[in-house]
Amino acid sequence: MATIRARLPAQARPGETVQVRALIQHPMETGFRRDEAGRAFPRNILKDFTCSYDGAVVFRAEFFPAVAADPFLAFHFVATRSGDVVLSWTEDTGKVFSQTLKIDVT
Amino acid sequence: MMRRAAVLAVLALAAPAGAEPKSGIHYQAPETRALQADDFANPGMLWVERGEGMWRAADLPGGRSCASCHGNAADSMRAVAARYPAFDGQAGRVVDLEGRINLCRTVRAGGLELERESDALLALTAFVAHQSRGLAVSVRVDGPAQASFEAGRTLFETRFGQLNLACRHCHVDNAGRMLRGDRISEAMPNGYPLYRLDWQKLASLQRRLRTCFAGVRAEPFAYGAQELVDLSLYLAARANGLAIETPGVRR
Repeated sequence: MATIRARLPAQARPGETVQVRALIQHPMETGFRRDEAGRAFPRNILKDFTCSYDGAVVFRAEFFPAVAADPFLAFHFVATRSGDVVLSWTEDTGKVFSQTLKIDVT
Repeated sequence: MMRRAAVLAVLALAAPAGAEPKSGIHYQAPETRALQADDFANPGMLWVERGEGMWRAADLPGGRSCASCHGNAADSMRAVAARYPAFDGQAGRVVDLEGRINLCRTVRAGGLELERESDALLALTAFVAHQSRGLAVSVRVDGPAQASFEAGRTLFETRFGQLNLACRHCHVDNAGRMLRGDRISEAMPNGYPLYRLDWQKLASLQRRLRTCFAGVRAEPFAYGAQELVDLSLYLAARANGLAIETPGVRR
């Protein structure tokens, strides 16, 4: 279970640039750390982030082990029509965390 | 007159802590201060949110949760964290907020203790302490808590470890000066549990104290040790009057 915090202006005008802010709780285990017995903690990072809106991917990011735990993202897109903004993070294990925000464009 | 002013100026320099205690956030970089001030970006808020879920999670015997007895935390837990560490009559000793939460879970609710420094206990403590944000620390050091307070003060003034340093040597005598890349704080515990960017997670005051002990190359007291609670009480008493900031953010 990952806690996700994501924000987006609830309303926007067509053509307006809006900012998305997203924070997800994730350890971003690099695979380089070892326990007391010398065994490596298996790598488990969020590899990929995408934001889809109005039938297209409006923002995509690839993460690497150097990214700190609990990654925070802020980015912009141009609002065109009302609908869902889907944020999704893909983990090394293949698990997907996602959250859907709504935007009202008038 | 001039000479007296000069003497006073020297005294002021020698005691940078001054009369008014300053929160640890005062000594942080502008970026870190901005992160703590932004309730959305502050990563400690992830734990507060998780703690809010735990407050309502029915994981105690009889399908009960914290909320079953205590109701709405915004009312029932307001100003509670400001009073801790405090003397607990039933336990017969001074306990910190984590200790109090565990006493409540075990003795009163008959449930299981949460392990110190576990994500679960950190989240619940952060959620409870967050209800007191902005209120002044106001621990009591008289009556039954006095012995613990005195023990804490003794620890604060006692030299430890291979480096042979007491808490006061850094946090009173040299507060505000640089220690490698960091500015030394006045050891005010008003932001705990807080998010340490260095550790990439939320951390309790006990973890911070244990790391300080390791820093002077002393063997740290175990998690939950009474010595750490006594020291926490002494630190909280020094911070009396400072606003609680939970969840704080530090480098």
